[in-house]
Amino acid sequence: MNANGHFVSLQGVTKRFGDLEVLHDINLDVSEHNVVCLIGASGSGKSTLLRCINLLEQVDAGSIVVDGQPITGTKVDVNQLRQKIGIVFQAYNLFPHMTVLQNVTLAPRKALGISRDKAEAHARALLRQIGLEEKSDEFPDRLSGGQQQRVAIVRALATGPKLMLLDEITSALDPQLIGEVLELVRELAQSGMTMILATHEMSFAREVAHKVCFLDAGVIHEEGPPEQVLSAPQEERTREFLARVLEGGRL
Amino acid sequence: MLASVDWHVVWVRVAHPDHAFFIALTRTVYIAVIAQIMGVILGLLAALMRMSKLRILRVLSGIYVWIFRGTPLLVQIFFVYLASNQLLGFTLIPNSLNGGFFKLDGAIFAGILALGVNEGAYMREIVRAGIDSIDKGQMEAATSLGMRYGLAMRRIVLPQAARVIIPPLGNEFNNMLKNTSLLFTIGVYEMFADAEIGYSNSFQPTEYFLGVAFWYLVLTTVWTFIQAGIERKLAASERGEELSFRERWQAAWNPARGGIFMRSPSR
Ligand SMILES: Nc1ncnc2c1ncn2[C@@H]1O[C@H](COP(=O)(O)OP(=O)(O)OP(=O)(O)O)[C@@H](O)[C@H]1O
Ligand SMILES: [Mg+2]
Repeated sequence: MNANGHFVSLQGVTKRFGDLEVLHDINLDVSEHNVVCLIGASGSGKSTLLRCINLLEQVDAGSIVVDGQPITGTKVDVNQLRQKIGIVFQAYNLFPHMTVLQNVTLAPRKALGISRDKAEAHARALLRQIGLEEKSDEFPDRLSGGQQQRVAIVRALATGPKLMLLDEITSALDPQLIGEVLELVRELAQSGMTMILATHEMSFAREVAHKVCFLDAGVIHEEGPPEQVLSAPQEERTREFLARVLEGGRL
Repeated sequence: MLASVDWHVVWVRVAHPDHAFFIALTRTVYIAVIAQIMGVILGLLAALMRMSKLRILRVLSGIYVWIFRGTPLLVQIFFVYLASNQLLGFTLIPNSLNGGFFKLDGAIFAGILALGVNEGAYMREIVRAGIDSIDKGQMEAATSLGMRYGLAMRRIVLPQAARVIIPPLGNEFNNMLKNTSLLFTIGVYEMFADAEIGYSNSFQPTEYFLGVAFWYLVLTTVWTFIQAGIERKLAASERGEELSFRERWQAAWNPARGGIFMRSPSR
């Protein structure tokens, strides 16, 4: 917990790729046990923002504090930070040459030094919770997209993170598979996991988020409780974006 | 004229070569194997250096490839054997190596070194292409889980890249088997040297060079079959056999399940 009572705190974060400024002066606070949803059009910078928080990208200006520790300065132990943060990607990124169980146990064993037996017992318990224990010895390509994404979430949880970053984790899924993945995220939220998720699922955001942030061209234009941002947006841009999403039948 | 060829000698060289020839053949094979392994290791190191954040390592890797692909292998062999000690000011190439249970002639050592270092320059490109073919998300997923770069490389990226690396690696080894013949020029008694000496004693070039050509063909053909076997094991079985591709791949890496690589399962 950091001095101002937030688990994650971004101040004036700016990120450029060459001449392109992808994030501009972002300020964002996330309290412990809260869920923050990032919404915004494609290319607005949602993924980049999440990637900055676990240092997959280096910020060009501003500071990020996670769990009371500044992570944007020098002398940051990147691996230690990342063990506190789980990230799940749109494309699952499971390791295709390893079984489900190996996918889940590799990092606990090799990065945290947990014994094989303990790691496997923990992994099996987690897989049982999501009803995939019997898939433990299957390779990822034998699983449905929804199952793969749930394994990816479990893999991220296996190192015991305090913060989860979910980057459009249902975007690559067939509509009938989205429900099972969102159900798992819902359970995580109810268990008190601190989460930041980029999503196009507005109704899901409305349901689980404590705060919704609308990003446009690298700027947070509007933020607030979901009822406000999603139902009574103050900003013209937010209204336009939501109208477009509604037309797309995503609500 | 065919008539002037002593076919009996050809037959002997092909079917009943003497003991000295078998020693030479064995030497050809082990030189090729050791030099290839060295080439793979150096190629891997150079490929990793090429991708490093440190500019100096990238530059060194570039210079290495530039020099060793840009000059003839024969010149490199002579350089290593005859010039390196003088240039370096210390004995890189001893007259002979005596490691107790094994002995190695200085020329053989120099030959392996030259072939291996040369091969590394070619392997760098092959390894790099293999690593490049793996989705960046794999490395990101691994490091996001708190795995160090080296660990992620070793456990996640390289095992997948190997699938892409192995076919061209097999072709490299075919070349390596043949390139060992150049070592005759620095006095290594390998297969070609055996033929050359036989020829100069008998003045029967056709007989001796036909004989040795046959044996090179045997080596490369045997290797072709081994290579095909390895590739079949690794190749995708999208034809829907009982094993999925992943399982085949896994089996190929895992000695406990009848794999082909000497790789102890990490416990
Ligand atoms: N590695 C990179 N190099 C250069 N430009 C990049 C890189 N990564 C992202 N960008 C650019 O940054 C901008 C924001 O990208 P980002 O992926 O964060 O958007 P997003 O909101 O996640 O979009 P989407 O909804 O499509 O996932 C885009 O214009 C993208 O082209
Ligand atoms: Mg994105």
